[in-house]
Amino acid sequence: MTYLTRDPLSIDQLLAQVSSRACGGTCVFLGTVRDGAEEDGVTAIEYSAYEEMVEAEFGQLVAHAAERWPDARIAVRHRLGTIPTGEASIGIAAAAPHRAEAFDACRFVIEEVKRRIPVWKKELRLDGTEVWVDPSGRPTSKPSHV
Amino acid sequence: MGAMSGTVRVRFFARYAELVGRTEVQVSVELPATVSDVVRRVRAQLPGAGAIPERPLAAVNLKQSKLDARVEDGDEVAFLPPIAGG
Repeated sequence: MTYLTRDPLSIDQLLAQVSSRACGGTCVFLGTVRDGAEEDGVTAIEYSAYEEMVEAEFGQLVAHAAERWPDARIAVRHRLGTIPTGEASIGIAAAAPHRAEAFDACRFVIEEVKRRIPVWKKELRLDGTEVWVDPSGRPTSKPSHV
Repeated sequence: MGAMSGTVRVRFFARYAELVGRTEVQVSVELPATVSDVVRRVRAQLPGAGAIPERPLAAVNLKQSKLDARVEDGDEVAFLPPIAGG
């Protein structure tokens, strides 16, 4: 099982992984590269990772989710490399017999990703500048925590 | 008798890799050693590494570890900038 890819994410593939006749609710979450009011002309984000650790951490995370929601089926994939604005960087699908478990499991996975999966992003801007993004979502143009 | 020393593979990612201009380095530390000892050694001996925090997020052999965690010969120690995935 690999949780990382450098190709565009396929929702169909995620759905196929969790599809089951026993599941009546499926929740899909996509995280996409944004150029909103808080950003400053973001054209793309370059994602990098400690890949071996990401694979290990995702394995544990999904196992942990399976303990909490034993009837849920979960698929997750994180994309790396340069991802243009509007395209997805992470896709999560959670299917369960009932919708509450599907929503809860899906939410759990994305929150844990934000907390513990060693992935980093650098915003690429229209003006040619490149800025590392800090965990609160705000960019940091110089070393902030030294 | 001299103290025993060990070699650890230190890996850098994202902004830290840019600061030191490389993605990994082998460092020698006197055993017993902790993650903090490795951080101190790297910050002192590697150009650019002084800008890495004194107390960075760290992982030993793919698991997030505290700075007082023990490091053994052959271990892989990673310095992790604040995580920003998703």
